[in-house]
Amino acid sequence: MGRIPRDYLINRLVTLVLTVLIAATIIWIIPRLSPVDPAEIALGRMAAGAGSVANSEEILAQLRANMGIDQPLIVQYLKYISGALVFDFGLSTAAFPTPVSTLILNALPWTMGLMILSLLITFFIGNLLGALMVWERSPKLVKVAIPAAMVFTSIPPILSGLLLMWIFAAKLQWFPLTGAYSIFVEPGWTWDFVRSVLHHGFLPALSIVVVTFGFWALGMRGLMITVQGEDYVKLAEAKGLRPRYILYRYMIRNAILPQITAFALKIGLLIAGQVLVERIFAYNGMGKLLYDAILNQDFPVIQGVSYVIILITALSVFLVDLLYPFIDPRIRHEAQT
Amino acid sequence: MSGAHMTRAERRQARRIRRFDNPWLNPKLIWGAGLLLSIIFIGIVGRVLWDLELVFTGSSPLKLPPLGFENLRGQPGVMAHPIGTDGGGRDMLAMIIIGAPNTLFVGLLASLIGMSIGIFLGFSAGFLGGRIDDTIRVGADVMITIPPLLILVVFQSAFGDVTLTMMALLIAGFVWQSPTRLIRAQVLSMKQSGYVQMAQLSGASTSHIMFREMMPNLVPYLFGSFIASVTTSIVTAVGLEVLGLGPQRIPTLGRTIYEAINAGALIQNLWWWWGIPTLLLGVIFIGLLLINLGLDEVSNPRLRRLS
Repeated sequence: MGRIPRDYLINRLVTLVLTVLIAATIIWIIPRLSPVDPAEIALGRMAAGAGSVANSEEILAQLRANMGIDQPLIVQYLKYISGALVFDFGLSTAAFPTPVSTLILNALPWTMGLMILSLLITFFIGNLLGALMVWERSPKLVKVAIPAAMVFTSIPPILSGLLLMWIFAAKLQWFPLTGAYSIFVEPGWTWDFVRSVLHHGFLPALSIVVVTFGFWALGMRGLMITVQGEDYVKLAEAKGLRPRYILYRYMIRNAILPQITAFALKIGLLIAGQVLVERIFAYNGMGKLLYDAILNQDFPVIQGVSYVIILITALSVFLVDLLYPFIDPRIRHEAQT
Repeated sequence: MSGAHMTRAERRQARRIRRFDNPWLNPKLIWGAGLLLSIIFIGIVGRVLWDLELVFTGSSPLKLPPLGFENLRGQPGVMAHPIGTDGGGRDMLAMIIIGAPNTLFVGLLASLIGMSIGIFLGFSAGFLGGRIDDTIRVGADVMITIPPLLILVVFQSAFGDVTLTMMALLIAGFVWQSPTRLIRAQVLSMKQSGYVQMAQLSGASTSHIMFREMMPNLVPYLFGSFIASVTTSIVTAVGLEVLGLGPQRIPTLGRTIYEAINAGALIQNLWWWWGIPTLLLGVIFIGLLLINLGLDEVSNPRLRRLS
């Protein structure tokens, strides 16, 4: 299955472009429907800062011109879409005049780092545990303990985050309560900084891991049950291969592949969950940026963050769809379209 | 066939394979439903027995702990506020009585609407095929990728305060995709099945085939899908509330957590303030999970034998 059929590629690409375009359009339309005038908010902020504002009418008009909201809607829309393509969302109104893209670029590595780390850990632990649940030789304890731990999978990470924060940060004080690194270390590639980052990232990552590994474990369990009955496993057993070798090389390797598609369906929820975890831990990522922007009614930032997260989600789904047939040659593209 | 000679396990097995064994009397299903009903029960009984005026700011002393505990200032819990009060002088029990059913209400209403849309679109796509099918399928594929939380964040920060019903309606716009896809796939496979073709040959009307022949077979899937979307809806609603959006003046579990975090309840060791809503949300989610696992076993008998 070396090459991707053109129809399939086009189909996926159209879905990707449509997803991003529709999401971007919704994000753009919504504030336009609202009775709230962003220029008046900005003026209100000035008035609150200075006590009073003279010739407010002129300032309002100037603000509207600056924000581009005095132009016809279609011009605004086209400008917005072409800006979004190159990640230009204008200037933040709260942290004026910082471009929104700069704020997002500063926050993105933290979010991506936390996400990739916690995802890899959960994928590994979840699949291993799911496999052990089915494997005949795993200890009794595993078969009893894991289903019990499954109960946590229904809980969103923000709740586990609160609980872990209280126990390990507020009560035991093993980990810092908030932030992504200590304010006493200089950011840079030094050992102190890396240690501080890991120390701060542990609890947010853990709160995501404890509630998501069960999803993978459950999926893996179902897949392992199917693989268990396959002839090649029976043959391997009859050949007298070591059971552990059969588990890793024969069973898990075959069962794990469809799990990757499950990832594509789950990623949107994972990112949304992580945004909330970042918000409660005041972690320097997109979640905190979004929360601060909501507090300050900083629309360009809210739009930018939402757009970038939706883009990441759509791109991940697209990549999984494209790469999957290479990973698992048993799948035919035609069957999916 | 006398039962006396059987071991306990055999007898249990015998009971299970008895002909009139009702799969709906599944322990997981019953436990899950029980947990959810207990939340509703708190809401109903609480409204009768408890003074709901205590939900207003300043109606009670600040930061009182639950009965049997002491807060940092050394004040003990009092009978008048059995599970404590928050930092704004509101009685936690009154907040829970109003807030917990509110959270459940948003989830149920949103999924009910989402499911109805999903059933309608799924049936149309699977049954009619052609252009309509293509449009609906692509639409569902596109919308399933977009995380609802982020669109709703934009919406609510633009419009400000919303009512509970409004929030449920907004969330409903994002929970129809999975049921649509599921029902479409099921309808497509059922269309090929013998009994549907038989019904078509015998001249049954489309609505008869849809509702009499297909719908009953879809019920376990529909229930499963419904419960899954209730979970998604509540997660989304709580997410919005924790970000400080959602209804601003109506108590919900998420909003209580939001206020607790903002007031530094974790550092001040006011664990009951954020802990009780967290616990209740946990109960709701675990209840929904149990119902879903139970429904899986109802619709898929093979799982019943495994566990």
